Amino acid sequence: MNKISLIIQREYLTRVRKKSFILMSVLGPLIFAAYILIPMYFATLEDKEEKTMVVIDDSKLFTEYREGEPRFVIPGTEFLKFQLVSGMEVENFRESFDESGYYGVLFIPSNILASESSLIYSTKQTSVEILQYVEQYMESEIEHLKLAQHEITDLERILTEVETNIRVRNVKWTKDGKTQESNTAVVMGLGYLSGMMIFFFIFFFGSQVMRGVIEEKVSRIIEVIVSSVKPFQLMMGKIIGVGLVGLTQFLLWMILSAVLVTGLKAAFFPELNRTPTEQVVASDLFDGGSANEESAAMAEQVPELGDLDMAQEIFASLKAINAGVMILAFLFYFIFGYLLYAAMFAVIGSAVDNETDTQQLIFPVILPLILGIYVMISAINNPDNALAFWFSIIPFTSPVVMMVRIPFGVPWWQVALSASLLVGTFLAMTWVAGKVYRTGILMYGKKASYREIWKWLRYSS
Amino acid sequence: MMRDSGIMLLSATEVIKDFSGHRALNQVSMDVPQGSVYGLLGPNGAGKTTLLRIINQITAPDQGNIHFMGEPMGSDHRHLIGYLPEERGLYKKMKVGEQALYLAQLKGLSRQEAMKRLKLWFEKFEIGAWCDKKVEELSKGMAQKVQFITTVLHEPQLLIFDEPFSGFDPINVNLLKQEILQMKEKGATIIFSTHNMASVEELCDHITLIHESEVVLQGEMSKIREQYRANTYQVNFQGDPEKLSRGLQSDFELLALEENGMGKEATIRIQEGEGSGPLIRNLVEVTEIKSFQEILPGMNDIFIQVVNDNTPKKDSEA
Repeated sequence: MNKISLIIQREYLTRVRKKSFILMSVLGPLIFAAYILIPMYFATLEDKEEKTMVVIDDSKLFTEYREGEPRFVIPGTEFLKFQLVSGMEVENFRESFDESGYYGVLFIPSNILASESSLIYSTKQTSVEILQYVEQYMESEIEHLKLAQHEITDLERILTEVETNIRVRNVKWTKDGKTQESNTAVVMGLGYLSGMMIFFFIFFFGSQVMRGVIEEKVSRIIEVIVSSVKPFQLMMGKIIGVGLVGLTQFLLWMILSAVLVTGLKAAFFPELNRTPTEQVVASDLFDGGSANEESAAMAEQVPELGDLDMAQEIFASLKAINAGVMILAFLFYFIFGYLLYAAMFAVIGSAVDNETDTQQLIFPVILPLILGIYVMISAINNPDNALAFWFSIIPFTSPVVMMVRIPFGVPWWQVALSASLLVGTFLAMTWVAGKVYRTGILMYGKKASYREIWKWLRYSS
Repeated sequence: MMRDSGIMLLSATEVIKDFSGHRALNQVSMDVPQGSVYGLLGPNGAGKTTLLRIINQITAPDQGNIHFMGEPMGSDHRHLIGYLPEERGLYKKMKVGEQALYLAQLKGLSRQEAMKRLKLWFEKFEIGAWCDKKVEELSKGMAQKVQFITTVLHEPQLLIFDEPFSGFDPINVNLLKQEILQMKEKGATIIFSTHNMASVEELCDHITLIHESEVVLQGEMSKIREQYRANTYQVNFQGDPEKLSRGLQSDFELLALEENGMGKEATIRIQEGEGSGPLIRNLVEVTEIKSFQEILPGMNDIFIQVVNDNTPKKDSEA
């Protein structure tokens, strides 16, 4: 036991002290923060530039007269101005378009009522936002016109009266008779994030285990080590040590990312910080007490509250997902998924003499993982279908797939079955891996293949 | 095969090991007396490394068993053995001092104790300055020294050296031999495997010669050399060579007669089972003896003879 802890210590310390680890720990959150902040930054940059769109309205349906001046009925925005011109053709603008500084030319044909189409001429691609803006206004304008032809009195009042905006919210009944509200998008995002993180973790640190095994084999120190400890102890020590490195890295990423994102947000986007609703929700969230009861109590009130703010709804959903269950499940699948795959990666490492030989052996190992990612993506939309069910039970894919199902609520027996199968498979796989590993690490110059590995498995020791 | 009696540190009994159709060891037995230097010899691929790995519990035998200090070999005995494998290796990216400490701790030494001993060894080999260097920065010879230290640091009862002198210059080979003999004096038992027969003659008390997975020669060095004596004697003499060759009785066969800077020299074989007395009496009559000495066969000759004797026999069996 003492020896395993020595091995874990070495595996952990040599990796954590490496420059690349420190670099990754710092760069990871920077990349992560950039991932979030750069789009935010661009979003604030965009449309700051004022654009002018020339309008040629042949239909005259969109021209109104104010104080004798013809004007375009669609109002401009802060960054988009319309300039109605009359007596000019589209072709007039073509020649000197670039010098004119116009964003585009909107042409409304005289037969718009029949054709239901108009055109924007420009040298650049028109942004989707502007297209949607123009389309929306033109649609409603023409709808109004068509309605007006029916000559209904009091039309405006009727229209305001019939206008309705339905939002569907999902309220779940739990077994213990409580009601919970969840926002599907938040639940989906959380499940997806957990699944992807587990996938990444298994893949990245699994291959680190493999590389560690190859390093010991190539440097030939392996024979010295296994004369001091059992091969199984060495393998387990390495797997656990590397796993702890991974956990450390993730913890560092989480902390640094949180610090970075909050810091940068405060520095560059002060207006985004602390809207009144956020303050309310935040104070609510951190209000101590038993989170479960409180969330249930809050969820009870939710339907009566009526028009809930979006942010509040997100926080409500986050609270409704049982945080304890979620974190426990994440840690469980995170750790056991890694352990299962790390044992397989260790076998591959023991079977080869150098890293380039690993490729053909790796493929069958990571295939179920990749399959798991595909099933996970489909399971997000339909967490209770048969595909998602089976893949969340099968131990090679369950760490990835089960994580997207859990936020939606999974019967306890399914979780128990999936979990016990995963632990069972991990134990069996580690036993098998230990047998192959102890033979593999002493083999040099053999062409690595699964046939060869099968042979080693059947050696007495 | 002849088995030794006395206190055995290690006994291997009828060990068999198969590797997918190939028998690497066939009924190999070996007794290593406490405090001896035991030579494990054999051509390449004979099965020496497999036997050493079994003794080190790196692999297990298919049949047969190993006893260490009278008990069946088990995990507890790992601390009492030090192993220097033929293919040397250390963690390249790890610092010398740290690595030595790690390996010593894996052999059950406490960190403090390992540190204390390491300091002594580094002083002895004058390599204290390397402590904070990474192994990849060392020359091959330097790394070998470090590896040797890590093998002996925990002062094991049994030391196993597989080709310990390869990669060392003559000065360091001597240094190493001194260390090995010193460890023997302190009571350690040493198994060592080599192709260098001169060092076998110099160091070993017992040997086992393995050929094609089987033991073909085993026993005390002195007895083996006795067994393979060719009954030949070397005589340095003064006088007429002609007179010597004519005066020699018919029981004695004159193999060579030469004259060189050292004087006149004759090589004479006597009949099997005879002592040297009659020859001396005969020689005294015909010449003046300056020196008289039995030619004992070198391990090199014995090795080649035994291996060659055993090779065709095995072929006809198969």
